[in-house]
Order: sequence, then C-alpha cells, then structure tokens
Amino acid sequence: MKKLRLGVQLLFTIITNGYMYGFLNGKIYQGSLKYVCMPGLNCYSCPGAIASCPIGALQALLNQRGFQLPFGVLGFLFLFGSLLGRFVCGWLCPFGLVQDLLHKIPVFKKRKRLPFHHVLKYGKYVVLILFVGIGSAFLFGGFAKVPAFCKYICPSGTLFGALPLLTANESLRSQIGGLFFWKASLMLFILFLSVKCYRPFCQYLCPLGAIYGLFNRFSLVQIHWEKDKCVSCGACERACPVALSKMEISHSAECIRCGRCVEACPEKCLHFSSASAALKSAKDI
Amino acid sequence: MSFWRRNRKYWWIAGVTLGILCLCMGAVDGQFSIIWKKAVMICMECIGIG
Repeated sequence: MKKLRLGVQLLFTIITNGYMYGFLNGKIYQGSLKYVCMPGLNCYSCPGAIASCPIGALQALLNQRGFQLPFGVLGFLFLFGSLLGRFVCGWLCPFGLVQDLLHKIPVFKKRKRLPFHHVLKYGKYVVLILFVGIGSAFLFGGFAKVPAFCKYICPSGTLFGALPLLTANESLRSQIGGLFFWKASLMLFILFLSVKCYRPFCQYLCPLGAIYGLFNRFSLVQIHWEKDKCVSCGACERACPVALSKMEISHSAECIRCGRCVEACPEKCLHFSSASAALKSAKDI
Repeated sequence: MSFWRRNRKYWWIAGVTLGILCLCMGAVDGQFSIIWKKAVMICMECIGIG
C-alpha cells in the first residue's frame, strides 16, 4: 500500500506538472487545460503546472469587482470532495508528497502531532475564512483584489512556483523583496517542521484540506471498519500518521485516507470501500 | 433530521450533482475565463513578488 500510494503521488505530481518547457525557460503553461482546477494544492504559477490551483482560482473569483459566488471553483470542490474527500490530500496533493518525503528523513524523534493539536487543528479553518474567504476582503482592503493566502502564506506557491521561476527567469529575480523572504522563511519553517511532525501544513494550515475535510463523512471513498472482526489490538491506531482512534478513522476531518491503518490491521477488518458500505458498518457500532 | 442521517450514504451523489450544477452555472457566468486569465499569467503574489 505504501509503495502504491507513493507511486500514485509521484505519478500524479509528474502528470500535473508535466510542462517541462516551462522549467527550462522560466515560463508557464498557457493552454486550455488551465480552465480546469486540479484536485490538490499545486500553484498555477509553477512552470510545469498544466491546470489551475483550486485555492488560487477561488481567490481569483472572490477578488473580482462586485461580489459573486465562485460557482466555477465550488463545482470542482464539490465534485472532488464528494467523490474523494481527503483522499486527495493523501494520494494526489503534490505538496503533501513533499511533506511525506521530508518526514521519511531519519533525523529527530518523529511526532504525529504538534503540542496543542486540539486547538491548532482549527488553524486551517481560520486560514480558510480569513485568508481565502470573505475575511480576506475585509482584512486586506475591501474587495481590493488581494489573494491573501497566495500572497502571504502558500508554501506550495513558493516551492513549486517561485523557486523554479526565479531560478530560470532573471528579470523576475531582480524584483525579489521582503515579501519573498517572508514567504521563503515560512516555507522553510514548514518544510523543516515536516521532518519532525507528520504533514504540519496539511494538519494545521491548509485551506484545501479544511474544505475536503468537511466532505470526509460522506464522500464516496471511505475506509470501512468491520467492528465484528476487530480484536482491538490497536495496530491501526499506532499506524495512523495523524493519531486518530479507530472510531475516528475515515469519519474524522483529519483522516487523509492514506491507508496505513488498512495495511496495519492483522484481521483485515479495515478496508477501502464506498460510502454505503462504510455507513452500514457505522450503524452496527 | 433522521431522514438526512438515514440517507447519508447518498449524500455524495447529491454533492456530485451539486458540483456539476455549480460547474454549469460557473460556465454560464463566464467564470472559467477569469480562472484561465489568472492562471496563464505569472501570479506575482504567488511567487512572493507582487
């Protein structure tokens, strides 16, 4: 399962960032695929990106003159969320992959969560409301067209967008200022923290994870727990990278459907399934 | 309330339907052109310059 997930993550990252010409020339893809959003957090200013970032697109629509509901992006979010929930985070997000790889570096004693997790986990909802949603309009100068999350926080934009572009494009490099250093510092902090703690950005800051988490309870892809077979050995809870209990697995907004619990269960009472099967078992609990 | 709980296994279908409906409304509203225009130009905010 681990190898399969890593393979899917790598393949999806390569496919969605497959515009190699952009990396060589410091330019970005300008084709028609950018009309659509990809499921994970992947900056559309990454030279290789062939589709749009849902959070960037959401802000672009919210920042238009006069308020309008961003149906175009909500459609993608409802579609991906209802079908996959946070499976997107676990299997398809390029920035999630980066954090996963960093967490494999064998230094430091690893942690699943940060201290004050129960408070910090709401950080992603705060970011969603204040930096992406309607709050950004009031905090950053009315509907004054500031994509606050992209501008002040997004480490994916710095890693996948800024670094390759600035490396290949000299005219952009000459415009670097304080904002870039702020974003680069934040990105380095998050990446450094990822070595110690499992996916800190996904657990505490990602607005896309916050949105998909809302769909986790009823998305099509679920993890089905067969209570009758369970011997309460705790193997699934020990394997869970975000320290969920077996009661929380799948239903929690924090579950990224990585499948480690499925792999760890000696009785095979956890497995990926559709929503109807998972809910049938939930009723039996 | 119990109706919603009883039929929770079908919520994802409602979500997908709502998603498709939103996509259609977005298309009619011309929102995909806005997304495309934003996505095909280097986003200065995203890369920490603008």
